[in-house]
Amino acid sequence: MSRHEITLTVNGRRHTANVEARVTLVDFLRDDLRLTGTHTGCEHGVCGACSILMNGKPVRSCLIFAVQAADADIVTVEGLAPDPETLSILQDSFWETHGLQCGYCTPGMLIAARALLNETLSPTEEQIRDAIGGNLCRCTGYKPIVEAIKLASMRMRQSNEAGGKYAGAE
Amino acid sequence: MPAPSEFRYIAKKRRTKEDRRFIAGAGNFAADRTIPGMLHVALVASPHAFARIVSIDAATALTLPGVKAMVTGEDFVRATEPLMSGLDVPKVRRYPLAVGLVRHVGEWVVAIVADSRALAEDAAELVDVEYEPLTPIMDPEAALDAGALVVHPDHGSNVLFRRKFVWGPVEADFRAAEHTLSFRTRWNRSSTVPLETFGALAAWNPATQLLDIWASVQMPKYPDQLARALRLPGNAVRVNFDVDVGGSFGVKRGLKHGVLVGHLARKLGAPVRFIEDRLENMRGGDAQGPDRIFDMGVAFDRNGIIRSLRIRALDDVGAHAGRAPLQLGKPVGAIVGPYRIGSVEYEAISVTTNKTPQEAVRGFGQSPTNFALETAVDRVAQALKLDRIEVRRRNLIRREEFPYTIPSGSTYDSGDYHTVLDKALARAGYDELLRRRDAVRDAGKLAGIGISCCLEPSGGNASFEPLFNPKNETTTWMEGCSIKIDLTGTIVASMGTSSSGQGHETLVATVIGEILERDPETVRVVHSDSLTAVPSNSPVGSRMAIMLGGAAAGAAKKLKAQMIAIAAHNLGLAPGVVVYNSGDVAASDDSARKIAWDGIVEIAHRKFHKLPPNTEPGLQVTHAWEVPTGGTLPTPDGRVQMYPCYAFEAHIVYAEIDRITGEVALRKYAVGHDCGTMINPDIVHGMVYGGIAHGIGAALYERFAYDDSGQLLSGSFMDYLIPSSHEVPDVEIVDHCTPSPLTAFGQKGSGEAGYLGAPAAISSAVNDALAPLGLNIASLPMTGPVLADLIAKTQGKTA
Repeated sequence: MSRHEITLTVNGRRHTANVEARVTLVDFLRDDLRLTGTHTGCEHGVCGACSILMNGKPVRSCLIFAVQAADADIVTVEGLAPDPETLSILQDSFWETHGLQCGYCTPGMLIAARALLNETLSPTEEQIRDAIGGNLCRCTGYKPIVEAIKLASMRMRQSNEAGGKYAGAE
Repeated sequence: MPAPSEFRYIAKKRRTKEDRRFIAGAGNFAADRTIPGMLHVALVASPHAFARIVSIDAATALTLPGVKAMVTGEDFVRATEPLMSGLDVPKVRRYPLAVGLVRHVGEWVVAIVADSRALAEDAAELVDVEYEPLTPIMDPEAALDAGALVVHPDHGSNVLFRRKFVWGPVEADFRAAEHTLSFRTRWNRSSTVPLETFGALAAWNPATQLLDIWASVQMPKYPDQLARALRLPGNAVRVNFDVDVGGSFGVKRGLKHGVLVGHLARKLGAPVRFIEDRLENMRGGDAQGPDRIFDMGVAFDRNGIIRSLRIRALDDVGAHAGRAPLQLGKPVGAIVGPYRIGSVEYEAISVTTNKTPQEAVRGFGQSPTNFALETAVDRVAQALKLDRIEVRRRNLIRREEFPYTIPSGSTYDSGDYHTVLDKALARAGYDELLRRRDAVRDAGKLAGIGISCCLEPSGGNASFEPLFNPKNETTTWMEGCSIKIDLTGTIVASMGTSSSGQGHETLVATVIGEILERDPETVRVVHSDSLTAVPSNSPVGSRMAIMLGGAAAGAAKKLKAQMIAIAAHNLGLAPGVVVYNSGDVAASDDSARKIAWDGIVEIAHRKFHKLPPNTEPGLQVTHAWEVPTGGTLPTPDGRVQMYPCYAFEAHIVYAEIDRITGEVALRKYAVGHDCGTMINPDIVHGMVYGGIAHGIGAALYERFAYDDSGQLLSGSFMDYLIPSSHEVPDVEIVDHCTPSPLTAFGQKGSGEAGYLGAPAAISSAVNDALAPLGLNIASLPMTGPVLADLIAKTQGKTA
């Protein structure tokens, strides 16, 4: 199995690694970088639990290989907060509306929401439902998630916080 | 009991304790844990639904670098005991890996252990298994036939359980009835399919002779079952309950997974982990749900009053027995739903076929039963040309009739069904919905309104165990909680189970905060391990608000009494003449004469000389609570108090169906919900929303479909369709609170809410929409293609 050296930026930190060609990005993030906040749900690109931001766009990290992320700028759920003791407005809004239960799809939902809010801070309900339409949740019936994103957009419009310093929304 | 508004913390909007770690990506799931030197398992699964294993050749696989071992079923026969079964069927034997026969596609045949999962998978592909295929049995009715091939030849039949219960004068009621009708409904196989698959990690320590298990488990008595199967003393198995479980809704039982990695870890002297991939979960994870045919008979009079029911429920449990057949037993406790029906015949039949084994699914068989009951009520209304809501109103148990005992022996604790139904109708804007439906119909489209009125039995007892297995005399399904106040004055509570999204830490902290009058924010709640845990029966049967909440309340009350006694002693007063206020204790008649929380804690931990006589030093208590109304065995005719508390929900849904694609769009959804006092309203509402989303899946999209040769046709999320944010509408909940007289704060269960009524309501809406075409459908899921074919036939053409 061939190996390749790659350099990429994850949550603002540069990493150089030697990876097997067949290793998916999600396995690389979880196993090599120990960023276990990104979850695998289906490993065939349907459920969205493994979503990460790659160069600002939401990507399913189970559907690409780590080598394809060479030179990319990656943000995972661990990179959404300004620091470990603080939550971003988006994360805090999920807490406020109880936009989760078991927490397994949550990192992917946050990434999908983050990507939407990078595009617009005044999303309609339809835009929100579209943005998370590729992320499955079995616990919440989506409504508390939609409410969380609405709340976050309202708060972010009134705030100076860009929503996480690596999220590319400055 | 105080009204909900009089509580200090209970029934208030409060953030949960758990959410903080999940939104930071800092959950601690089974797959997140690693141990140095950990080995990984990959499985060779059966490609056949039914076949004899002729030979297994793993010689090439074992030569790959990094491959450590391979095991087959024979290894488990030698070293372990068969996995637990809920019924008395000793010859339906089962081990983690197949022995001699494979009985469903995806059944585990060989396990390969290697340095990485990828290497283990490489090796698994090199294992050569030769099979002699047999003809599979895929139809539960064919499985009943005398001449059918038998899935477990030693058992001698495909029937695992068959019993006809008769409660009340069914014969006479049917003879005397003005009208009768009969019909068949089909609840096809679906499940709750959590996004996290099952994962388990085991580590054996030869120096301490202790097996540690971390697993994504939601299962009663899991540590005991594991120890028995592994032939270890109970105290040599430590199940660590601090694992976050990524959704379960009943299915994360994982006994075979635990035995697999536990046995391998001991055998190899290394930590061993197995995490299912999605396909393994869907076809080999034993996580599919009820698969049921109902033959229903209804006796009723001209006013739509239902007098008696005949129910025959044939359930296809798949290839192994496990605990799933008991899902026919739990509905006995609510077999007439929320209605005043005087007599019932219930024949429950559980058969094996060559499908993936079934597991417990949200509601434990109640949702399919509710679907059959509600279909019956709609059919009665239709037969008499009466309004469906009016028929329900006439049959619903009235508020003043509680406690109400149903023919099968369970007593419903409390309820106000008519009010909840009225509230739901008002919230849905029912009259406006009728106008909207009729206007849409006038425009030539298909539109319908669905209604369901359903019960959520809660407080999970295990009375179905002795009911279905006379050798099992289980009459308690207790739950425990322990609390301590440390020397610094902070509170730590522990529970003996893992959680899968139900918010138990929030529950326990809120209850303790309420009793001790301390901010729940300051209470730490931990999931202990099975060696240090107080007894628990895990979060099954909508039980934790009632049972864990009750255990936490009981423990907190003991602690409070102890603190009052210590303070009174030091104030030179009798405990009866002091007042406890937020942790400080003062003389009733002189608030200045007091000892504060910190002072009481200091005495308890350091000053034995200031403790009342015969007082244990420190501040720590444990409380184990028996299920209220529990404690008795079923009568010989099968009457039993099943669960203690009964929550009620009324669903109103408006749907439109596309004539060409058959696609159902849910345009309006309101639900009236009464689960007594809600300890945390956000948690309850979240479960209702999520349960309805599950119900939408079961009603319209989700099906574990098999072809005649037994191949699973929906083993991925491309074929097994889970509702997304586009399919699940903006559900509106209207709350009502009829407290339970049996629980600490009037709470009832809510973990299965929504799911228990949504499939029935959606089916009702679809049938209302199809009625103008003279069509009806009684089989779930009502997928687009199924409905499109049905509709096309009325138009003289096929799709």
